[in-house]
Amino acid sequence: MLLEVNDLRTYFEGEGNDVKAVDGVSFVIERGETVGLVGESGSGKSVSGLSIMRLVPCPPGRIVGGEVRFEGVDLLQATPDQMRRIRGKEIAMIFQEPMTSLNPVLTIGRQITEILRRHLGLSHHDAKEQAIGLLKQVQMGNPEQRLSQYPHHLSGGMRQRVMFAMALACKPKLILADEPTTALDVTIQAQVLEMMSELSARFGVAMILVTHNLGVVARYANRVHVMYAGKVVEKAATQELFENPRHPYTLGLLRSVPRPDVEPGRRLEPISGSPPDLSELPSGCSYHPRCPFATDLCRTEEPALMSVGAGHESACWHAGELDLLRAGAGRPEARR
Amino acid sequence: MTAGRPAPQADREATGRLREKAVGDPLVDVSGLKMYFPLPSGKLFQKGGTLRAVDDVSFQIGRGETFGLVGESGSGKSTIGLCLLGLYQPTGGRVLLDGHDVSKARGKALQRIRKGIQVIFQDPFSSLDPRMTVEQSLAEPLVIHRLSDRRGRSAEVQKLLATVGLTARMAWRYPHELSGGQRQRVAIARALAIKPAMVVCDEPVSALDVSVQAQVLNLFEDLQQEFGLTYLFIAHDLSVVRHIADRVGIMYLGHMVEAADRDETFDHPLHPYTQALLSAAPIPDPVKELQRHRIILSGEIPSPSDKPAGCVFHQRCPLAIDACKAAMPELREVRPRHWVACIRAGESVPARPLVP
Repeated sequence: MLLEVNDLRTYFEGEGNDVKAVDGVSFVIERGETVGLVGESGSGKSVSGLSIMRLVPCPPGRIVGGEVRFEGVDLLQATPDQMRRIRGKEIAMIFQEPMTSLNPVLTIGRQITEILRRHLGLSHHDAKEQAIGLLKQVQMGNPEQRLSQYPHHLSGGMRQRVMFAMALACKPKLILADEPTTALDVTIQAQVLEMMSELSARFGVAMILVTHNLGVVARYANRVHVMYAGKVVEKAATQELFENPRHPYTLGLLRSVPRPDVEPGRRLEPISGSPPDLSELPSGCSYHPRCPFATDLCRTEEPALMSVGAGHESACWHAGELDLLRAGAGRPEARR
Repeated sequence: MTAGRPAPQADREATGRLREKAVGDPLVDVSGLKMYFPLPSGKLFQKGGTLRAVDDVSFQIGRGETFGLVGESGSGKSTIGLCLLGLYQPTGGRVLLDGHDVSKARGKALQRIRKGIQVIFQDPFSSLDPRMTVEQSLAEPLVIHRLSDRRGRSAEVQKLLATVGLTARMAWRYPHELSGGQRQRVAIARALAIKPAMVVCDEPVSALDVSVQAQVLNLFEDLQQEFGLTYLFIAHDLSVVRHIADRVGIMYLGHMVEAADRDETFDHPLHPYTQALLSAAPIPDPVKELQRHRIILSGEIPSPSDKPAGCVFHQRCPLAIDACKAAMPELREVRPRHWVACIRAGESVPARPLVP
């Protein structure tokens, strides 16, 4: 077990109530695996990642409870000094917009060598040699020349390659990739994702892939955690999740996305309503106002994650009967 | 296809050049459209280069039809939309909207044309005035085009809100009080206020969450059926385009490289770029994802200000031969109603279905 997140809670100060961005999230990441963290905006997927890295802006945010055990050490109890040694060396992070995470006034070479010199104590010369090797690994042409270029000289795809080279620099055990290809064009997204998955497999790096794109998860993740309103509502191996969703939200997501491969003209089945206000969560299950299968139990009692099969967990009171409910969906008796 | 869509046109058998194929009396007729932008040279009194954003693009859109325009950044798809709206003065070519030349019209004539065409942008937050209530935003086009008196206006606004599935109370809200999906509904209602025949939708669902995106896509379909709208649907997301479009045009660096009916495009892509684009679009199905053949293009999209000579795609094309460096190929009809700008299309390029 590489990373164990236990009952993590990260709240943000709001005007009235606290905004519960992450509210009791638990999951485990094994060595070398890629786990997809899927959800819509405001589901808490990015804040979960930031909390693991202890990068939540404070104020207004604060981690109010839980544990983040990385190789047995609770990162939430670590001193700032310890965290600095872990960030970038043991756990690296990649963000959606590489232009804002790269320093615009420093050359690419300076930014990569800085990590190598700081964490590994390499000499200037060795760091430069290694930086060239890293740029070759992320398949950038003319790596020697790239070192003296600035971020604005590079395209979005190139910048994301540089970010990945920096993430790999110290051979981390875990890479947190937060929507790494969302800002990129389709053909470039494919290039970057292929490169990332190939290299993380080659170096045995575990990856948390935070994304809203179910297609990306389907191809690159071994397991998937679906988040809704600050909680993980379903966990399963990728194929199991797509074939046998056990939470109505997951089912709703899968039914509402248009697909390039299935019969066109199929009427989409959107999820009704919109995600809840995180400072005023609905009673019981947060999803009940949008759920076609909600019952009185769902309105009053909050379901916890329960096992529904091998390695498959769902936080739904009706996870076991979802198949029956699906068949009768839309009929009034199913809604009562 | 289910009953969710009106039959586009009676006669889809028309042949001839691509422009002529979209049936008898098209609503939109774009021919040889060129939109160039001057580039600063960086030196005073010296002329810079030219950015050819749209280079000789022709297509037609039939009444009640949805034409999907697909491309990556810098492909010129949004520029085409803006030319249609008369917001850009094209460098060359002609844009006819219902028989009227948008590019030549000025003043009153332009305003009359604009009454027939509206636009919906990607980000409704920046296209709605933050200091105007929803009611004010929706009433404004009615005032500008003198479509209703003061008394009728409020009733009209209520009707518009109901049309796009918003409650009457929304009329007094400001944009910041609405969710992304609600804002996009307001933007759609505003576009519909003057009852246009044509709506240019520029990435209208890209900024929305998955669950809300489906709601808005369904709304687009319902409105088309109810009002017989014609859409130019600009998007980079192939899944969305496959879902909503009747015909599809694929853009690359200012050129339309392939145009065909929707199913033809997705089932038998002939241009190597289209094939790569389709194979790069992720499918939310792990089994299919791992089985299918993927074409990963090498290299980056060149800058539109510095296009390669010859076929604009030849540097990244897995099938390029020397002849591709000579000239940009013209669109030609390789299969019935299927137009491709590639000299190797239909010869040695296997027609590869999306999922093998």
